[in-house]
Amino acid sequence: MNSNTSVQVINCGKTFEDGTQALQPINLEIKGGETLVLLGPSGCGKTTLLRIIAGLETLDAGGQVLFNGEDVSHLPVEKRNIGMVFQSYALFPNMTVRDNIGYGLKVRRQSLADRQTRIQEMLAMMHIENLAERQISQLSGGQRQRVALARAIAVRPKVLLLDEPLTALDALLRERLRVEIDTLLRSLGITAIYVTHDQSEAMALADRIVVMSNGRIAQQGTPREIYQQPSNSFVADFIGTANKINGRMTDQGFEVEGVVLPKSILNVVGGNSTSANPIQTQAIFRPEDTEIVSQDQAHFNGQVASTFFMGDRTRLLVDGISESPIIVETTFKQEISIGTEISIRIKDQGLMLLPDELIEDLPKEIVEKTEQ
Amino acid sequence: MQQAVIPKLILMMLPMAIIFLAFFLVPMAQLAVVGASGEQGLAAYASIINTPRHLQSMIATVMLSAVVTLAALVVATIAGLFLVRNEFPGRQTLIALLTFPLAFPGVVIGFLVILIGGRQGLVGDISKALTGDKLVFAYSMVGLFVGYLYFSIPRVILTIMAAAEKLDPALEEAARSLGAPTWRVVYDIILPALKPGLIASGAICFATSMGAFGTAFTLATKIDVLPMTIYTEFTLNANIAGAATLSIVLGVVTWLALFIARSLSGSTVAASG
Repeated sequence: MNSNTSVQVINCGKTFEDGTQALQPINLEIKGGETLVLLGPSGCGKTTLLRIIAGLETLDAGGQVLFNGEDVSHLPVEKRNIGMVFQSYALFPNMTVRDNIGYGLKVRRQSLADRQTRIQEMLAMMHIENLAERQISQLSGGQRQRVALARAIAVRPKVLLLDEPLTALDALLRERLRVEIDTLLRSLGITAIYVTHDQSEAMALADRIVVMSNGRIAQQGTPREIYQQPSNSFVADFIGTANKINGRMTDQGFEVEGVVLPKSILNVVGGNSTSANPIQTQAIFRPEDTEIVSQDQAHFNGQVASTFFMGDRTRLLVDGISESPIIVETTFKQEISIGTEISIRIKDQGLMLLPDELIEDLPKEIVEKTEQ
Repeated sequence: MQQAVIPKLILMMLPMAIIFLAFFLVPMAQLAVVGASGEQGLAAYASIINTPRHLQSMIATVMLSAVVTLAALVVATIAGLFLVRNEFPGRQTLIALLTFPLAFPGVVIGFLVILIGGRQGLVGDISKALTGDKLVFAYSMVGLFVGYLYFSIPRVILTIMAAAEKLDPALEEAARSLGAPTWRVVYDIILPALKPGLIASGAICFATSMGAFGTAFTLATKIDVLPMTIYTEFTLNANIAGAATLSIVLGVVTWLALFIARSLSGSTVAASG
C-alpha cells in the first residue's frame, strides 16, 4: 500500500463563479501516513479544500496540489488515485455490495480472480462478509458506511479523503464507527484527510487538526495543542467550551474589575512572556478548569442561574461575574439549586491568554459556536 | 381496521370502475365480437398474419415506433441531462419551447413536416439551390419519422429531466474518484439511474407512435401504418370486421409492449428503491 504519500497544498484558493471566495489561498502539508482532520463550522471552506485535493473542484490560478512532490493540480479526479468517502455514502444503488467494492478494481481492468480476492479481503476487513450479495437498499446506515470505506480502500489509493463520513449516523453508531475508522487508518498507515464539524470526532481521530474558519486556517496542531493552547478565541470557542472574561494584563497578573488573578493560574500560549501586555483585554478559561471553593480562596463569586445534570458531572451557568454567564463544571454529587451563591476558583494554568487574536476578522455568526 | 378498508376502497374505485366499464370494457368487448362476426369468423384475427398487406403494415408500424422511440430517448436524454446540469440565461424559455409540440394535434405536426420536407418545403428549396435535386421526404417513412420524433421528444425530455434532477451528484463523483472515465460513469451510473424513467417514457412514446393517426393521415399517401390501414379498411373497403380485428391486434401489441416495459422498470425500481 502507498502508505507514505505526502500531500502538499500550495497557495490554494477557491473563488466560485458568483464571486464568493470559499477559500483564501492556503498552504498546508500533510505528511505520509498522517491523519489530518479539517475541522470547522459549515461554510468554513473545509469541504472545498478537500474537494480541491480530490480534484473535484478546480482551484484559483497560482495554486498547486502536490502528491509526493508531484504536481497533480491538472489531473482530473479519476487520474489522482485517491479513495473518497462521502457523507451520503454515494453507494451505487444498481449494484450489490460486492460490485460496489469491486467497482474501482473493475474500472482498473484487474482480472476477475484478483478482484475477487481483494473484495474478499475488504469484506473481511470491514466485517461485512455476510452482506456481500445484498442490495444497497437493504443496508443500514452503519453498514453502508462500511461498504463505502471498503470501496474506497479496495483500490489501494494514495490518499484517503473522508467528507463527514459519520455525520448521517446516530450518536451510538457514530462512536463505534469512529473507533473502527481510527483503528483502520492506523493499521493501514494510509495518508488520510478527514473533514468534520464535530470536534470530538476530530480530537479522537486526528494526528493533527487544522481548524478552519471563514476560508482560512485558524490554527493547526495536535489535538492536545489545539485544546490546551488555542491561539485565538475562535479556536478556543469551537473546540470545547470557553468562558471569556475581559480585563487587562498588569505586572501582578490579569486584572478583572479590580480583582487581580495571580500569574500562577496563567497559561500563556505561543509566547513565553507573562509580562504586562496592555493590548491583551480578553482571557479564556474552560469549565473543567474551575472549582467551587470556600469564599476566601475564590477568584469570583456569583449566583447559579441554571444547572444541567450530565451524569458524570453537573454543568452550572453562573451569573454576576461577566456579561454572559460563566460556565462551570463540577463533579459534586449533591444537587445545587438555582440562586445559590457560589465561589469559584480557576485552577492553576487554567487561564489562557490568546496570542493571536484574529477574532476581529471573523463575522459574528461564524464566531458563535455551531451545534455539537 | 381491515374490514373498514374494503368499503372505502370500493367507494373510491367506483367512479373509475364505471368509466372503465362504460367506455373501455363494453366497447372493447363489442369490438372483439364485431371482429369475429365477419365471414371468416374468429379466423379474421389471423388476417394480420395471413394478409401480406396487413402484416407489412404491422411490421412497418412496429419498426417505425421502435426507431422513433430509440431516437427520442437518445436525443432527449442528452438534451435533458444538459438542461438539468447547466444554468444559463434563457434556460426556462428553452425548456418551454421544447415542450411546445405537446400542444399540437397530429394534423398540425404533419403540416409542419410538409412545410419542411414537402414538395414546396424548405429542405426541397435549399437542396435544389445547392445540388439541383429537390429533396422531398415528407410523404415517406422519413417524414413520418420526423413528425413522430417531433412530438415524442417533449414527452421523454420532461421525464428524463425529472429523473436526472433526483440523481445524487455524489454518485458520479464517487465513480470518478474510483478511476472511472466519463463513458463508464454514463454507462455504469447515470443510465442505470435513469433506467426507470427511460423505460416509462419510452413506453409512452412507443404507444403514442403505434396509435398516432393525425400525422400519418396528413402525410401518408404512400405509407401504410396500422392506424391508416384500419381507417382504409373501415371507410373505403367497408370491412368493418377486418377493421375491428386490426384494432384489437394493434391494441394488444401496444399493450404488450407497455406491459413488458412496465415489468422491466418495476424490477429496477424495486432493486434501487
